[in-house]
Amino acid sequence: MSINYTPNTNSSAQTADLPPTATITGKGGHPNVSDTERVISGVAGAVIAGYALTQTKNTLGTALPLGLLGGYLLYRGATGNCPTYTALRTGTGQQTDSKIAVIPEGQGIKIVKAMTIQKPASELYTFWRNFENLPVFMKHLEAVTVTDETHSSWTAKAPFGQTVSWDAEILSDEPNKRIVWRSLEHADIPNTGTVRFEELSAGRGTAVTVSLEYNPPLGMVGAVVAKMFGEEPGTQVHDSLRRFKELMETGELPTIQGQPNGVLGRNKTEGMA
Amino acid sequence: MKALAWHGKNDVRIDNVPDPKIINDRDAIIKITSTAICGSDLHLYNGFTPGMMAGDILGHEFMGEVVETGKGVSGEKLKKGDRVVVPFNIACGNCFFCKRDLYSSCDNTNPNAGLVEKQYGYAGSALFGYSHTLGGYAGGQAEYVRVPFADVGPYKVPEGLTDEQVLFLTDIFPTGYMAAENCNIQPGDTVAVWGAGPVGLFAIKSAFLLGAERVLAIDRFPERLALAQEAGAIPINYEQTPVQDEIRAQTHGMGADSCIDAVGLEAHGISPDAIYDKVMQVARLGTDRIHVLREAIMACRKSGTVSLPGVYVGIVDKMPMGAAFGKGLTLKMGQTHVQKYLPKLMGHIQNGDLDPTFLITHTLPLEQAPEAYKIFKEKKDGCVKVVLKPHTA
Repeated sequence: MSINYTPNTNSSAQTADLPPTATITGKGGHPNVSDTERVISGVAGAVIAGYALTQTKNTLGTALPLGLLGGYLLYRGATGNCPTYTALRTGTGQQTDSKIAVIPEGQGIKIVKAMTIQKPASELYTFWRNFENLPVFMKHLEAVTVTDETHSSWTAKAPFGQTVSWDAEILSDEPNKRIVWRSLEHADIPNTGTVRFEELSAGRGTAVTVSLEYNPPLGMVGAVVAKMFGEEPGTQVHDSLRRFKELMETGELPTIQGQPNGVLGRNKTEGMA
Repeated sequence: MKALAWHGKNDVRIDNVPDPKIINDRDAIIKITSTAICGSDLHLYNGFTPGMMAGDILGHEFMGEVVETGKGVSGEKLKKGDRVVVPFNIACGNCFFCKRDLYSSCDNTNPNAGLVEKQYGYAGSALFGYSHTLGGYAGGQAEYVRVPFADVGPYKVPEGLTDEQVLFLTDIFPTGYMAAENCNIQPGDTVAVWGAGPVGLFAIKSAFLLGAERVLAIDRFPERLALAQEAGAIPINYEQTPVQDEIRAQTHGMGADSCIDAVGLEAHGISPDAIYDKVMQVARLGTDRIHVLREAIMACRKSGTVSLPGVYVGIVDKMPMGAAFGKGLTLKMGQTHVQKYLPKLMGHIQNGDLDPTFLITHTLPLEQAPEAYKIFKEKKDGCVKVVLKPHTA
């Protein structure tokens, strides 16, 4: 199984499901990072870049990402310009008008994964539409709280034991067929996507397709680092869809947690690696 | 309870472990009355199967009495006190594959399916006691076992049959039967079977049940060839007789109508480097596994069938694909869909068509399982099949 993610290069048939990306450009050259944050960013960048330069071993694995991160933070500190903030049409230097934080052209990472499930679309849609059910089968989610008809708050596990959170709104909701969402302003990981439920012919079940686009912290560097630590979102989406299928088809998730083992046995966990 | 736990290469021990308990709603707990050591357990014993962890409880051929069921198991399907045989593979009964009686392809039972997907693209069903790659479920060489999806796998044993008569329905009898069924045997057919171990012997008996006129059994161990002969097969000792010439002669120049490669008779594992196990196993028989597959392809008549009850797990080198194509052969293979065959094979046992007890050479208490592994591995004492009794104090 290869990791199925591709940089978002251009619109294609697969992006048809994604909400249109608003084109809002930063005001050319205006600092969009606050003074306090510029100082913090600059100092942190210098420390990290300095540390990276002292690394003589494992330069590709450690020094390179750290060096890039340090350089990036230094740049923010020195210029007061944060490319990520610009890209996300947000910032701490000045108030932006936009209430949403979707993904600018050319920056997101797109994932499309599908699973065929032997249940009617209505049943699958209904379970999924109550977003508070999702952490049952999405292991990377800690909690989802539905705040109103179209809004919800999400908390997910991130690499290195961190968590990330975002608020989301439903852009389009077609019962038993399709749900389209996007994250709102100040999302740790801006994301947008669609889940589609399509009943197949000849009793072959329902195709559930997730199209997800997200903007990883620190862009592609962050995505590469996340992948190195085994938490690449393409795999997360695939594994989540498989568990969704297991749960919906059988009524439970297969597990060995809590079974006996011999005297030298240690706590077993699923997914050993 | 007492259970046989794997601790490393050539190191299995009887450990005291907590009793299993219901975890999921569709679980049941079975008190084990009889459990066998499968040839494929030797792969684990030999230490070549990845995904094993110290303390793993082995065993995938077991039967016993239901002592508890989860609330998702209806009393009509299974209830306390039922005496059952349990298939070695775990199937959900709900997925695309289970609905088509393809239970060993079940989508939903392996919590570590991702590990198999990396190797094969898609993952088959989980197995009991056979590495974390194949699910990590504790096995049945123990006093008790937790059986997931217990409303699908366990099959009730009719009254009047002994454990010994029905125990092999958990694995090797259906595996031999499916191998023969895959041959689509027609009246007058000659079936050649490589390997006269437990699966090969069941394949021989099944071929006759399915109407084969003659069965040729290829092996080199005299006691196994003797069992094959008792089952009605014509024995061919490949150390003394050129196999291709002999099959050609026995079929009056035609070639075998179908060929069964049961040399990988222990091969129920699909773990990523079990190919190495197979090479080790076959080396013990004095040939190599790919050699047998090649020989089966060459000996088969045009438009015949080559059936593989054993499992190939890796990359096969120098496979005579041209011969298989040129002769229009059908190749059939895969893990056994045990659940599909249980009603029919239970019927054959009840009718007296076939008595599986002929295989058993050793019956021992569970406490002696570590010694039994040693005897079985070294083929000492004429050992063909060991049955363990967990509750004979």
